[in-house]
Amino acid sequence: MAEIVKESRIEVTDGALIPDSAEKSIFSAWNISFFGAIIILILLPILSPDPYKDILLFIPDGIATTFQVTVLSIIFALIVGLFAGLGRLSRVKIINRIATIYVEVVRGIPLLVQLFYIYYALGKLVQLPRMTSAIIAMTFCYGAYMGEIFRAGIQGVPQGQMEAALALGMTRSQAIWKVIIPQTFRIILPPVGNEFIALLKDSSLVSILAVSDLLRRGREFASTSFLYFETYTVVALIYLIITLFLSRIVAYMEKRLKINGRV
Amino acid sequence: MAEYRIQIKDACKNYGEVKALKNANLNIEAGEVVLVIGPSGSGKSTMLRCVNKLETLSSGDIFVDGDCVTDPKSDIRKIREEVGMVFQNFNLFSHLTALRNITLALTTVKNTPKEEADEIGKKLLARVGLADKEKSYPGQLSGGQQQRVAIARALAMNPRVMLFDEPTSALDPEMIKEVLDVMLDLAKEGMTMMVVSHEMGFAKAAADRVVFMDEGEIIEIGTPTEVFDSPKEVRTKTFLEHIL
Repeated sequence: MAEIVKESRIEVTDGALIPDSAEKSIFSAWNISFFGAIIILILLPILSPDPYKDILLFIPDGIATTFQVTVLSIIFALIVGLFAGLGRLSRVKIINRIATIYVEVVRGIPLLVQLFYIYYALGKLVQLPRMTSAIIAMTFCYGAYMGEIFRAGIQGVPQGQMEAALALGMTRSQAIWKVIIPQTFRIILPPVGNEFIALLKDSSLVSILAVSDLLRRGREFASTSFLYFETYTVVALIYLIITLFLSRIVAYMEKRLKINGRV
Repeated sequence: MAEYRIQIKDACKNYGEVKALKNANLNIEAGEVVLVIGPSGSGKSTMLRCVNKLETLSSGDIFVDGDCVTDPKSDIRKIREEVGMVFQNFNLFSHLTALRNITLALTTVKNTPKEEADEIGKKLLARVGLADKEKSYPGQLSGGQQQRVAIARALAMNPRVMLFDEPTSALDPEMIKEVLDVMLDLAKEGMTMMVVSHEMGFAKAAADRVVFMDEGEIIEIGTPTEVFDSPKEVRTKTFLEHIL
């Protein structure tokens, strides 16, 4: 039994903890956190309608904005990431160097600073709308992480696939687009799911640009009512429920892919 | 020069200090079936992989139908279309169905219309005895079935030469026969084949010549009877004693 084959999982940043499918108990950490959070969120307005009812009526607008920023950023980041990843693997030196510099630069600058930079510093040259700046910054940052995921995913496809494609007379780029890339999706879906969760959490940073996301709506409510404890409790619970829910979906996808995968 | 389907001239391949192939010379005529045997690391797979330039020779030349594979100016993709290859680990495209595995190169490389490609694919699947598996993914097929699909995939390009790199080594014993039967049929139909394999049964039934390699060199070439029953070289004799 010494040989327990564990499929390597690509981990790039701190996404939500993916629930371990081995943990089947009802009192798993995930179940306690998820259902605990939901129960508290339901009980609070029932037990003390003032102020929790008001908070719960005011904040949800922000959820839509949070998702808008997250979904748009992740889509653009996937596109940027695909090319960054291909660039990192390119045999053309200059392309390889540009992609690598991009990844290094992004990794070396905090996301909050990137946000400030794109909105305020570059604002001296072109004043972009807040929402656009926020999405550009998130895309720029997460594109680099996605690039690393794509790179690992492409390298995870067995060498023999490329050889088989070349042996049939395909060009390298035909082989990459028709044979290699489609097979990377199976490998990268779980880490991309994780990035989505991480991005959703990081999207709270855009509230600093006065984009009225979930956190910003909370801040707006708290600053007029001075109910900091109550407001931020609700904000935190909503974030927690969303990320836990998404992490369960990612775990489910991962399981499905393992079943449907080859071998 | 074009009288040979494959011509290997003074082929050398070095990996750093290691000489994987030393001055190999081999001519294969159209319709010939040549089996390449030898201990592991003897350079037989390297030689095979140089024929369609999956590996590049360090020196020497290889011609396929008179076209120089080793000339950097020649269009290697055109040559590869003429040279089908079957791998030890099948290397089927795991995200595609058996049928699509066969038709992908037709539609992308030869721009064959999809309906026509599907027709060719279905015919080939039937030919390798897998007509009912067109919608199966590689993961749903046994090793033997996968290798038969891989042969069909290579045949779809209508090659003049087929290269087999240890096609049965990764298979369970009970599946070897179904793959060899397909290869025997091909040989009977007059396909030019270069096969790296130790399948003696196949050699005796279908091979015109057997090439024995050791330490990157071609040691002996002869008919199966000559090489197996009365090897001239000591190294051939020793090797055959080990595998028989």
